[in-house]
Amino acid sequence: MSGEAIQTTYREAVRAAIREALDRDERVFLMGEDVGRYGGCYAVTKGLYDDYGPERIRDTPLSECGFTGAGIGAAVGGMRPIVEIMTVNFSLLALDQILNNAATLRHMSGGQLKVPVVIRMATGAGKQLAAQHSHSLEAWYAHVPGLKVAAPATLEDARGMLWTALEDPDPVILFEHVMLYNRTGELAADADAVPLTGAAVRRDGTDVSLITYGGCLFKTLEAAEQLAADDIAAEVIDLRSLRPLDDATIMASVAKTHRAVIIDEGWRSGSLAAEVSARIMEQAFWELDAPVGRVCSAEVPIPYPRHLEHAALPQVPAIVAAAKATLGR
Amino acid sequence: MTQVFRMPSLGADMEAGTLIEWTRQPGERLARGDTIAVIETQKGAIEVEVFQDAVMGRPLIGIGDKVPVGAPMAELEPAGPTVQASGTTAAPPSERQGPSGPAAGDKLKDHPAQSGSQPEPPAKSPPPPDATPAATHQRASPAARRLAAQQGIDLATLIGSGPGGAVILADIQAASPQPETAPAPARQPTHARPDLAAMREAIAAAMSRAKREIPHYYLAHDLDLSDAVHWLRRRNAARPPGQRLLMGVLFIKAVALALHDFRELNGFDRDGRFEPAAGIHVGTAIAIRGGGLVAPAIHDADQLDLDALMTRLRDLVARVRSGGLRAAELSDPTVTVSSLGERGVDRLYGVIYPPQVAIVGFGTPRPRAWVVEQSVQARTVVTATLAADHRHSDGHRGALFLARVAAHLQEPQAL
Amino acid sequence: MTSNSLSREALQAIALEALTQVAPDLAEETIPPDADLREAYDLDSMDLLNWINALHKRLGVDIPEQDYPRLASLGAAADYLHRATRAG
Repeated sequence: MSGEAIQTTYREAVRAAIREALDRDERVFLMGEDVGRYGGCYAVTKGLYDDYGPERIRDTPLSECGFTGAGIGAAVGGMRPIVEIMTVNFSLLALDQILNNAATLRHMSGGQLKVPVVIRMATGAGKQLAAQHSHSLEAWYAHVPGLKVAAPATLEDARGMLWTALEDPDPVILFEHVMLYNRTGELAADADAVPLTGAAVRRDGTDVSLITYGGCLFKTLEAAEQLAADDIAAEVIDLRSLRPLDDATIMASVAKTHRAVIIDEGWRSGSLAAEVSARIMEQAFWELDAPVGRVCSAEVPIPYPRHLEHAALPQVPAIVAAAKATLGR
Repeated sequence: MTQVFRMPSLGADMEAGTLIEWTRQPGERLARGDTIAVIETQKGAIEVEVFQDAVMGRPLIGIGDKVPVGAPMAELEPAGPTVQASGTTAAPPSERQGPSGPAAGDKLKDHPAQSGSQPEPPAKSPPPPDATPAATHQRASPAARRLAAQQGIDLATLIGSGPGGAVILADIQAASPQPETAPAPARQPTHARPDLAAMREAIAAAMSRAKREIPHYYLAHDLDLSDAVHWLRRRNAARPPGQRLLMGVLFIKAVALALHDFRELNGFDRDGRFEPAAGIHVGTAIAIRGGGLVAPAIHDADQLDLDALMTRLRDLVARVRSGGLRAAELSDPTVTVSSLGERGVDRLYGVIYPPQVAIVGFGTPRPRAWVVEQSVQARTVVTATLAADHRHSDGHRGALFLARVAAHLQEPQAL
Repeated sequence: MTSNSLSREALQAIALEALTQVAPDLAEETIPPDADLREAYDLDSMDLLNWINALHKRLGVDIPEQDYPRLASLGAAADYLHRATRAG
């Protein structure tokens, strides 16, 4: 690190990562709906079409199954495609390609085929885009062996995970929460690739472990700040990688705090929060001094009206309350 | 919410206790660790402590009542500043007792717990986590259960401060021995002398169990104590009597230090499985004139210097003589040391106090003919013995342990 | 020290009082002045040390370890303390 920092946004950090990948490896290209001339529906790829041309920044028809499959095929054929899917809701149209091809080909070919595709998609709610554009289905992908799934929440991870993902011989899915794109902050000018796996402790604490990822990270950090005012030292863990999960970091934290709350924008039933909770039971049961708590989205299609959307999502007061509940407060 | 203080278990062999004295009166504030009562057990008069901050509530038994372990002794009110109910919802503390409470003057002679009593629907402010009556199963968090098991604390003796009365980690920590426990306030010898017949019964039960269940093996090792004797003599000569040390303190420290590398001798047998203890709490056998003995713990003996150990031992002996041992001291030892002092015999073969797994004995140090560098010299020699549980350790390790104890005693200045 | 003036009988009374303080369980015993305390009353080394400490504090007499055997009974202790206080 040179120590020099630049002011930037999450959106710009993702764009810088794509630029770097395009520059470093000529096998890298980007494809997706409106990524070229329009610059991406979240404006992540603005300007890239002019700089890299239509061969490497490819606008596709509105067919997730078609262009995701094409990306998977290109990866098998030796390219390093970045496929952008507008939102996780739409990725369901490509689920057949992702599950039945991307995730299985290495296994079914006895290791002869690699599928080094990276699929980026936006996820999450908060922009009043209603129930068909706002869900958090990361857990569904994290369910599938053969995939790696990561959720960059910080500028460093937005900037650094893409290259690592492209280097990986297996398909990697990167989830970018829509509410993070406008987040600003400082990023080292020479910020570089970061590991794709492994959780990060974003705040040290001794009283309760708050385990989260993606769009909920900053709500959780704010909750930790409020808890500190009540003399509760919350530790905040950013999972970063949703598959594989970094059990060691989770269990080490629980062994220290003896209490855990998982904050997950997915629906509670069958959620990542459920998976993390189960693992804590399996691996750290004797460390627990209180039942594991969860703060998840209400089990409704994400509503359109602002106040209802807000009410349906995990928010800071609920995180604070859940953390306090583990302490009997 | 009003909670109940129950007769604690001060060892696996205790079945009941008799209330001798309430040391606190209703309405007095209690910090956790405060002595609440003195009870007479087979091991003598014991001060029992509360495990949480609270306010002393209504006594449920009277002086002289003998109740089984687990039986309610007194009510405890919450310690918070909200004790005085401000509004219309809460009844005065004395009226809060539900129908399960005894009528005034009633004596709870033979009811270990009032489980299965009438359903109790007093208005509680927060809804209980579930509707099952808190009956036979003591709720406790996993972390609390693990620590309680490690420390040999009986969950049934605790009152939980967690949701629904669950015992949580903090409750166990409060009930655990405090390494830096201040010396007991010097009690005047008002306590009853231990009931020697009852103590005989308790010793009989524990020792019968030991000989019935524990496959002891025995080792003895003669060691040259001359350097330690000379060192102690020189040291004591320069000090007034109040600061002098006894050889027994050196023995305790040497054993505690040696146990660092022999953890299989420091802990408990739990249904045939060995459970190592976290701290080294040396039970120190103290004989009672007229018969009987107790072996209360010196907590974390490995961490204390000789002066501190001497202070602790002096305090323990004083309280064995006058009554006033604390509950934790009787239930906590992780190993026992028995030293016969100056008027004993050459060696003693100990009987392990269950659920411990080892007892170290020291005979009487005496001048003996001892070969030093090819010549026979008169040296002060003591025989150290080990009786250990063969289920959890073997003679080879036991022998190495005694050799380590001997080595520590060759360097008394380092103890 | 004003203990110069104490008689041997007074010193024996002090020795008994100190003894029952460190060993309250002996308070009800009648202890003959010539009885060997360790043999007849099972005083252990801690009791003995506490007793000697009490005498030291009360009378200001230094009692080195090698002199402990000279305080084997109440009578012997009175003799020893009598000599020591007069010499002091």
